[in-house]
Amino acid sequence: MYDANKILIGLAIFLGLMTYPVWSGLGRAVQAPKPEIDTPIIQKMPEKKCVENTHFMKTTHMQLINEWRDDALRKGEREYTNARGEKVLMSLQLTCMNCHSNKDKFCDSCHNYAGVNPYCWDCHLTPKQMKEGI
Amino acid sequence: MSMDRREFIKIAGLTSLVGAGASGAFQLLEPGVLDAATHEEHGHGDAAHGQAEEQASGPKVRWAMTVDVRKCEDPEVVKRIVTACHTAHNVPDFGNPKDEVKWIWADTYEHAFTDSANEFMDKSIEHLPFLLLCNHCDDPPCVRVCPTKATFKRPDGVVAMDYHRCIGCRFCMAGCPYGSRSFNWRDPRTVLEGKPYNPNFPTRMRGVVEKCNFCVERIWKGLQPACVEAAPDVLTFGNLADPDSNVRQILRVRVSMRRKPELGTKPSVFYLV
Repeated sequence: MYDANKILIGLAIFLGLMTYPVWSGLGRAVQAPKPEIDTPIIQKMPEKKCVENTHFMKTTHMQLINEWRDDALRKGEREYTNARGEKVLMSLQLTCMNCHSNKDKFCDSCHNYAGVNPYCWDCHLTPKQMKEGI
Repeated sequence: MSMDRREFIKIAGLTSLVGAGASGAFQLLEPGVLDAATHEEHGHGDAAHGQAEEQASGPKVRWAMTVDVRKCEDPEVVKRIVTACHTAHNVPDFGNPKDEVKWIWADTYEHAFTDSANEFMDKSIEHLPFLLLCNHCDDPPCVRVCPTKATFKRPDGVVAMDYHRCIGCRFCMAGCPYGSRSFNWRDPRTVLEGKPYNPNFPTRMRGVVEKCNFCVERIWKGLQPACVEAAPDVLTFGNLADPDSNVRQILRVRVSMRRKPELGTKPSVFYLV
């Protein structure tokens, strides 16, 4: 083999760079996301509760929001009755984000971790945009 | 009469063939089968049932609007109405006709009533601006052509848009005989920056069609549409299905016109002349 040294060194560098994502993470645990609920409105609540219970919201919020979307927009029904019998306005912007006004520390913390990219904010305004302008 | 087995099988086979073909032909001719999309979305279960009931007795609510054309003479009034609507719904203004997005706008008589041009017409009307918006037709052609049911007619007569479902094919823009729909060629947020806006209403994204929604988000709360609120003496909003409603009372005593009535779309916007 001609130029064996150069080729072998080159190969070693190439393999090292290619496998960098694998070995650079070795032995390091990635922190699970901790969505924060530290917002002024939630702080003021005597009992911290969402539209439904926490487990339901963690696992099923995406389906709930999808159903809200169809009910409000297509059926014109904008009131949701939850398991506790309370009536809630079906609105991402006006209900969900009213309490969870810290989108980057609440929504984004999990969505970024899970690598999902919901397109809500292409149209709906974030709490920051609602306050400070588009 | 005697019949051998071979004869019997031939006749039985032929008869069953004719029978199967005939039932297929009858099903094909059944009314509605060959129609394109129906007016309203067929819900499942309760919704479909409710719709059948509704069709039997007629809808209880059909929102409509009257426009008093002679009160639109002042360009300030037109501007006030358009601004109220476009601010309430975060409608972008790109400043050029190619990218234009509009929910309500003013145009000439000739453009609004293309079929009733009259060279000897009343000069006082000819030069008035006519406020144009989505007509919320009773038989909306845009709904028929939408391939994803992103646009649909609500039971209260409002022709609504579901921007989540719009794929931007613009069939509805071709279907609408009134030019009431606009396409977002560009990201509307680029020009909404720093402008007055409604923080409680979303924007749209690039690649969807948009139009007047008859302020469904406001009528749900019992409010009047934003344009009517801006000029209550020019515009009147009410329930066409109620014989004693404000719009029906006006229509009983005033001469009104609808745009392109020959198309059979039955618009819900009436122009009082």
